[in-house]
Amino acid sequence: MRYWLAAGLALLAGFGPGTGPAAAQSSTLDAVKARGQLQCGVNTGLAGFSAPGEGGIWKGLDVDICRGVSAAIFKSADKVKYVPLTAKERFTALQSGEIDVLSRNTTWTMSRDTSAGLNFAGINYYDGQGFMVKKSLDVVSAKELSGASICVQTGTTTELNLADYFRSNKIEYNPVVFEKLPEVLAAYNSGRCDAFTTDVSQLYSIRLTLGNPKEHIVLPEIISKEPLGPAVRQGDPQWANIVRWVLFAMINAEELEITQGNVEEMKNSKNPEVRRLLGVEGEFGAGIGLDNDWAYQIIKLVGNYGESFDRNVGAGSALGIARGQNALWKNGGLQYAPPIR
Amino acid sequence: MTGASKPQFARRRPRSLSDYFYDPKTRGVVLQILVALLLVYFISEIVSNTIRNLEEQGIASGFGFLDRTAGFDISQSLIPYANTMTYARAFLVGLLNTLLVAVLGIILATLIGFVIGVARLSKNWLIATLAGVYIETLRNIPPLLMLFAVYFGVLKNLPAPRKSLELPFSSFLNVRGLYVPAPQWEAGMSVVLAAIAAAILGIVFLNWRARRIRIQTGALKPVVLPSLLLLIGLPSAAFLATGMPVTFDVPELGRFNLKGGMVVLPEFIALVAGLTLYTAAFIAEIVRSGILSVPKGQSEAAAALGLKESHAMRLVIIPQALRVIIPPLTNQYLNLTKNSSLAVAIGYPDLVSVFAGTVLNQTNQAVEVILITMGVYLTISLLTSVLMNWFNARMALVER
Ligand SMILES: N[C@@H](CCC(=O)N[C@@H](CS)C(=O)NCC(=O)O)C(=O)O
Repeated sequence: MRYWLAAGLALLAGFGPGTGPAAAQSSTLDAVKARGQLQCGVNTGLAGFSAPGEGGIWKGLDVDICRGVSAAIFKSADKVKYVPLTAKERFTALQSGEIDVLSRNTTWTMSRDTSAGLNFAGINYYDGQGFMVKKSLDVVSAKELSGASICVQTGTTTELNLADYFRSNKIEYNPVVFEKLPEVLAAYNSGRCDAFTTDVSQLYSIRLTLGNPKEHIVLPEIISKEPLGPAVRQGDPQWANIVRWVLFAMINAEELEITQGNVEEMKNSKNPEVRRLLGVEGEFGAGIGLDNDWAYQIIKLVGNYGESFDRNVGAGSALGIARGQNALWKNGGLQYAPPIR
Repeated sequence: MTGASKPQFARRRPRSLSDYFYDPKTRGVVLQILVALLLVYFISEIVSNTIRNLEEQGIASGFGFLDRTAGFDISQSLIPYANTMTYARAFLVGLLNTLLVAVLGIILATLIGFVIGVARLSKNWLIATLAGVYIETLRNIPPLLMLFAVYFGVLKNLPAPRKSLELPFSSFLNVRGLYVPAPQWEAGMSVVLAAIAAAILGIVFLNWRARRIRIQTGALKPVVLPSLLLLIGLPSAAFLATGMPVTFDVPELGRFNLKGGMVVLPEFIALVAGLTLYTAAFIAEIVRSGILSVPKGQSEAAAALGLKESHAMRLVIIPQALRVIIPPLTNQYLNLTKNSSLAVAIGYPDLVSVFAGTVLNQTNQAVEVILITMGVYLTISLLTSVLMNWFNARMALVER
């Protein structure tokens, strides 16, 4: 009896109002610093964006965001724990606090940005959804896919765009929906589906992993806008600012032609914009709770956006994707970062 | 001790509060109320805490999403469904798909399980060994692997649509599934359906009468043949009389695939086959142990009474074995139903795939969606248990 009472009281005390995890929410930056490590949600393996390379070292355009944040906070790009997530798991992982940043080819949509408890920090890749088919099918346009079976992964924007596209074009199709990418690809390979659909960049990346890449073509239609970028939990504006400005710093660095190679000399530059970015002038680090050399560390340890693009998905990589929409605004692309001032 | 020797004193003394405290009955009731209150408080705290946390994290909550447009397509649906319908409708589609697999799987697994269970006890060495190998192999493979093996094994071996295997009755088999002519019912079909219903009623009546006569007079009336005649004859007669009110929509080759007809998806075939074969192995073991649990004296006694071996099996052994078989069989039925949620791995649109998968991800309302899904599985499991308990109770009455 006495034990019962004691246990009951203990429960009551534990469940008093305002003791939920969210109520006791502290700053993500402090938590990351105390842990000594950034927890970054990435793809399970998508060459060019995030994939473990030799020796288990993660590489990719999305991984470079994690490395950038790590560099800005810890002055080391390697204090990151990568958490590979499927499309379905990723938001829960972020909401529950398992990861601090989600940098995993994730499309910025209104519902995700508002009612899913996420905050998007920016766009590190402008993408769009496309279709891949076997060359042997002799299909040259998505409009010819009437009656086709189409493989798609659940938990993606892809699934919805697909329905929209065929509905508005009044074409019939059969979706085959899997939870994990390997099964989607196995089904596509076995001929269960005529086409596989996802963001075009991912189609290119995945095509390289299929037996003979030349047997598959990506159809010309782009059926949606897929602005991909890193996301954080809602409710911590400082943390959102850090991730956002890490990305902006990388883009600004490219615009100001500061590279991993010349960042040291650039510290002596006369250009006030360069001086502010590298923390030689001004106190911009303080605004996001970091040291003044935060951006200098990112560029030194990770490089600017152009360098990251090049070695991961661009001309310097196996993917060889052209800059296109992802070129800087002054080169006719969409990448544009607000100034540091 | 003293109370026992002078009971009248103890009874007359007016009861004080401490008496209630030491009275086990009162104490029990009070404790139960306290625990119940605590539980209610506990649950309401969890609920309000969850809602508050969701709000603070900026995550939508509530069940309003069920009325919103789903916007996605589903490859198999037993009821009319289009992507312009609601999430609630998509939920229903997923639920029915789950039930379809569960019911079909349970029926098939039971049939196969019984056959293999009996085969395992066969006096024929080869049959018994084959059954044993089947059981030992399948029981030791994780069900998910089993599904992958069946699904991708089946896909690998089926031809592309343009090289479909032609089967009888204008049916085709290819990597997209089994295409069969779709029956299109016309007006007179209701008469045929009514005839089927009448035939079933007739069979029930025949059985009931035969049983009564047997109990009253001991005479055996034939039931099987008249029943079959009724079941086939009556609907056929109605079918012919109404001028064969059915046409068939036959599948034909289109650009990518066959058009028209009805398709049984390979995902569905693989899921049912995988779950059935897997669960049948367990059921076979249950059947075997059930039969072995009946003492040998029972079959000897049956033989002494002059019962044929088949009669002894049907009238003496099986009814007693069933009492041992049914409880663990219920477990297997529940397992099969729950294992059907592995469908999502092989692309079959069951409840978990459609609702706890796609709907959850499009609405981001994980808490609500998972609650509903858990509720559904709980309900299905409880209903199965209730049904099987009822069946068990009926079987137990056979005991003398
Ligand atoms: N950008 C889309 C799709 C992103 C996505 O998850 N793509 C899939 C198909 S390529 C993927 O990366 N899957 C890998 C995995 O889940 O492991 C979204 O945010 O919903």
